[in-house]
Amino acid sequence: MAMGASKMRFRFKFFASVVALAACAALPAQSQNYKNVGRTPTPEEIQGMDIAIGTDGKELPPGSGNAKIGARLFAEKCVACHGEKLEGSAQAPALAGGKGTLTSLHPKLTTGSYWPFATTIFDYVRRAMPRYQEGSLKPDEVYSLTAFILYSNDIIKEDYVIDAATLPKIVMPNRNGFIPQNLDEIHDAKKRGCRLGHCP
Amino acid sequence: MNPKEPARRRFLKNGAALAGLAVGAMRPAGAQTSSPESAAKISTDVRSYGERSHFETAIRLGAAGLYDPAPAGYHRDFGLRTPIQDSVGIITPASLHFYIGHGYEPPDIDPAEHKLLIHGMVDNPLIFTMNDLKRLPSVTRAHFLECNANSTPGGPTGKFRDDPNATAQDTHGYTSCSLWTGVPLSIILKKAGVQADAKWIIGEGSEKGKHTKSIPIEKAMDDVLVAYGQNGEALRPHQGYPIRLLVPGWEGINNVKWLRRIKLVNEPYMGMWESTKYPSLRPDGLSRWFQFEMGPRSVITRPSGGQRLPGPGFYEISGLAWSGGGAVRRIEVSTDNGKSWKEAEVQSAVSPKAHVRFGFGWEWNGEETILQSRCVDERGEQQPSVVELAKFWKVEPELFKTTGTIPGHFNAIQPWKINGDGSVQNAISF
Repeated sequence: MAMGASKMRFRFKFFASVVALAACAALPAQSQNYKNVGRTPTPEEIQGMDIAIGTDGKELPPGSGNAKIGARLFAEKCVACHGEKLEGSAQAPALAGGKGTLTSLHPKLTTGSYWPFATTIFDYVRRAMPRYQEGSLKPDEVYSLTAFILYSNDIIKEDYVIDAATLPKIVMPNRNGFIPQNLDEIHDAKKRGCRLGHCP
Repeated sequence: MNPKEPARRRFLKNGAALAGLAVGAMRPAGAQTSSPESAAKISTDVRSYGERSHFETAIRLGAAGLYDPAPAGYHRDFGLRTPIQDSVGIITPASLHFYIGHGYEPPDIDPAEHKLLIHGMVDNPLIFTMNDLKRLPSVTRAHFLECNANSTPGGPTGKFRDDPNATAQDTHGYTSCSLWTGVPLSIILKKAGVQADAKWIIGEGSEKGKHTKSIPIEKAMDDVLVAYGQNGEALRPHQGYPIRLLVPGWEGINNVKWLRRIKLVNEPYMGMWESTKYPSLRPDGLSRWFQFEMGPRSVITRPSGGQRLPGPGFYEISGLAWSGGGAVRRIEVSTDNGKSWKEAEVQSAVSPKAHVRFGFGWEWNGEETILQSRCVDERGEQQPSVVELAKFWKVEPELFKTTGTIPGHFNAIQPWKINGDGSVQNAISF
């Protein structure tokens, strides 16, 4: 291959296409306020959609539950996929067990052994469980199922009441198993030393 | 625009430029729908929405099945891989774009009813209709979209990773590249007035599982789009119709499909997928999470696994390169199992965070050899070999064989072995 000539041709084409793309992609002026585009939502509209629960739990709804009630609900709505001992199946992951396996060759990443935040259990069960009936559980039921999963992993006692005040205070066993631990440091990939699409 | 205006009239007014293209995507809207006879006529006339030649057979393939048969609204396959070995140029047809929906099929969303809510730590919470979004300025940009698990040992490509009979679709099919059209998210966020304490956005989809993902505000204000167009037409349902987040260069999971809500918050929300399924576990028991960016990588698509060279002679080696860190600056090819590397020719437009097509003229002498490619992005970062990747991870390459650990972002150099009979095989080994 005559690399010299083709390389020069490529260099020129490359430069030209980058310039052309940069010109096309220039953003419109930002001083605009785009008058009358979009409207203000009502508080009810926001409340109806605002289902994401952060780690401080301030979005958690009123209500409460415990593992005893949760066990009954689990037997009714969850056991078919997650198994009697929460061991999981081909359709669904294990929710308990796996303690002490994270450094082994066959780590078992379960809700108990791996998940860093208990608020995530409430959030995910409410939005996405049970499969085929997503969003059908009432807050009390979600609190009880969350309590049952925590109890099955020896994280709380059977009669411990889970509600908006107690759930965010639960410290999951693997809370410190992620790098960086501090949530304020996650956003800055450069500072973390991420390179080549990988973070340390 | 009057929201009570009949959908069909709105369509006619707004959609002049898209007329014809959008016909197939239009849903019946009650009394305003055209008669069933004319609808049937439109759908059976192949000229109204063109089809490819029946000689062209490239299709998406699914990964391991979760459900078989699948109930309505759920999909049997974990995901669909793009037939990258049959690709030409840099744009993936929307019909062949890879799909991962975490087990969910696309919701059937009427764009006339769909709304996007912006709320949380903003001065003015806002609701946008599709018509509102199309009143705002748009940009059109080429960007690749790649699953965090593309090519990884373990996960949906795991069983193919070191299988000698794997094709490029098996090993690299979870990347695709489209020309996306949408509103820069920065325009929407500035209109809502982002408060000083807002450090993250969380985007939420409309499917049954309501997938949610946290993205730092720096990225949200940089190059993220609320996209409604793909390759000159509306998004396909499998790509998020009517709107999705497009987060250039970052793990696929950030690109929330069927977008219904963006909330501004002060810290990552730690949803199930981002905090428990997408971190990569290290051998010491600690996990890397929120790795964001897909690294520089490339793959030879022709000749590649499963193909066959009919005999010695000239072949143009053709492949794709891309990087989540920006534009691809240089691509090199080795035809002698890595002993020497030569610069390949760039054969397409080069845009940041988009596929680039490269070519390299090669005369095969009929002997067994190994073909490889590697690329360097605009920051000077070079695609790693398996050994270099393992070194970066501070592990032995053998770790990649073990189950239970899914090292995401597996951007190692892909070797294809050319056998003496012209057959081509996957030659990666750990």
